[in-house]
Amino acid sequence: MYMVLFATSVFILMGFIYWATAGYMSSQTDETIEAEIIGLAEQYQRQGLNGLISVIRERVARDPNSKAIYLFTARDFIKLAGNIDKWPEEGDVQEGWLNFTLNEELGWITDKPTPARARVFIVPGGLRLLVGRDVSEFMAVKQLVERAINFGMAITFGLAMIGGIMMSRSTAKRVELINQTSQKIMTGNLSLRIPDRGTNDDFDQLARNLNEMLDRIVQLMEGVKHVSDNIAHDLRTPLTRLRNQLENTLRTVESESDREQVAIAVNEADQLLATFNALLRIAKLEIGGRVAHFESFNLSELVKDAAELYEALAEDKQQKFAMLIEDNLEITGDRDLLFQTLSNLIDNAIKYTPEGGNIELSLTAAKQHTYLIVADSGIGIPEDELNKVFERFYRVAKSRSLPGNGLGLSLVQAVIELHQGKIKLTSNEPGLRVEVEFPQHAKVSEQNA
Amino acid sequence: MRVLVIEDDKDVAAYLVNGLKESDNVVDHSPDGKEGLLLAASETYDVMIIDRMLPSMDGLSIIKTIRATGNHTPVLILSALGDVDDRVEGLRGGGDDYLTKPFSYTELLARLEALVRRGSNAGSEQVTHLSVSDLEMDLLARTVKRGKEKIDLQPREFRLLEYLMKHAGQVVTRTMLLEQVWDYHFDPQTNVIDVHISRLRSKIDKDFPKQLLQTVRGAGYILSEDS
Repeated sequence: MYMVLFATSVFILMGFIYWATAGYMSSQTDETIEAEIIGLAEQYQRQGLNGLISVIRERVARDPNSKAIYLFTARDFIKLAGNIDKWPEEGDVQEGWLNFTLNEELGWITDKPTPARARVFIVPGGLRLLVGRDVSEFMAVKQLVERAINFGMAITFGLAMIGGIMMSRSTAKRVELINQTSQKIMTGNLSLRIPDRGTNDDFDQLARNLNEMLDRIVQLMEGVKHVSDNIAHDLRTPLTRLRNQLENTLRTVESESDREQVAIAVNEADQLLATFNALLRIAKLEIGGRVAHFESFNLSELVKDAAELYEALAEDKQQKFAMLIEDNLEITGDRDLLFQTLSNLIDNAIKYTPEGGNIELSLTAAKQHTYLIVADSGIGIPEDELNKVFERFYRVAKSRSLPGNGLGLSLVQAVIELHQGKIKLTSNEPGLRVEVEFPQHAKVSEQNA
Repeated sequence: MRVLVIEDDKDVAAYLVNGLKESDNVVDHSPDGKEGLLLAASETYDVMIIDRMLPSMDGLSIIKTIRATGNHTPVLILSALGDVDDRVEGLRGGGDDYLTKPFSYTELLARLEALVRRGSNAGSEQVTHLSVSDLEMDLLARTVKRGKEKIDLQPREFRLLEYLMKHAGQVVTRTMLLEQVWDYHFDPQTNVIDVHISRLRSKIDKDFPKQLLQTVRGAGYILSEDS
């Protein structure tokens, strides 16, 4: 686009130069010829035919090497005066401008045919006057100008092309750098900044603005983190005291029924603290920035461990626990958090599926993605509530009687998003089918398996 | 046990010190980081409990400093931050165990005893044989016998029993089992561990008059000769 605009403007500029130089020169020639014709016409009026002839002869004689051309002929093109012998073949008999070639045939002393330009003037009585100029010099200059313009254009376009490529390359490189850096930042490495080249150009300005934005985000996140840490420290400590006081009481209480009451209170306090911890944990996960702790490990083994841990629980409920786990799938992430996630999902499946139901667990890889599916044949979640269950404290109406704080799936979602994964809930008809998709997949080499 | 407590919260410290003294331990307490470090460096303790957030010097720096002097006394880090991050950071920083406030006293005591036991075993030869009452475990052949009867265990059940036997006579909590036997730090929504314990129990205790594996209400489990 810019290329076309640039080319057009160079073309117009060069065209103007050509028009200004060549046009000026040719109009100069024409004006000289005109002036001479006017002069000769005056001579004719003043001194008649003979006067005109003698003036022409005089002029020719005065400067034989002149560039000026004169030919004065009678009605039948017979030469009366002038420095060429014959009327040029290209010659038009009408009044007006005439371009022709001078050669020896016309009686012009020259090494080679030369271009000429002339004006024909009909003198009353059918006599013809031709006044012209040898324009070979003008033509040479014109050619020179043309050549210079052509070369100039070629050089300009060449340079423009190279410059353009270089500029767009460096632009692309800098945009790419900004893209790459921001992608890294988006995955949680908030300490990164876009490099500033120090040239103070638009890109530096952009980089600086983006960096300032990032600084501000980090500041805000630190603020949030600070607040949540402070809540953790300031509120959990008194809660700890309350709980510990109750536990102390538990040890000193004599009567069995009182002990029972205090134990219930301790348990309630524990529930409260667990909810509080879960909430803080989700908040921290959503802020992100934990990826620094990520490591690569065998996800298949983790899923197998979780399956082994929960299989016994399912067996106790006479549930059929089926699994399909592809071996040696590796993931980069937080091992404990992913185990927590899987534990929440399997735990839910077992909890919300009646005795004798089915639980299915699968881990597969396809198209550079890893898929984890936990499906059950339990009570499921109504269609219109499928997306709400990720909200904090949301509990499906018909499961409110079962224990839980409504934070389990919120935590699951936060962990999965931290791993750039996606979670999808669908009906398993009957039951619930949870599909988790991680955008990474790599086989662990057999030796490490 | 001789225990050092470095904790600035007066109530938590009092709760810890009183509890530990009640269970016949010698306890030193410091509410300040630098003062605590001085105690840790000059005295000999079986185990130390160090809070992460302290005035004048934070808990992790204290641990790093004493570790740098070649002191390998087991350290239990106490924290209100309670996130996996902090836990990993604490354990990598030289702590031996990590406990988040609020904690139950039984959980703390169980962990302290496990730490001290581990610390005293550290120098000794590789244990190849464990026994509690007439329950015997051969760690090399990976076999378990109760009296004369051979007991078949799944690999995980074997590890579970191994951990319980290594800590025989001590209360082990559910979280400790998940961390040590399953090697994952997480909060199960249900007591999934109970199912595994009851399976193990049905294999090692069911057909025998003396029950070795006991549930401790509100705390965890204990494998012990005297029930």
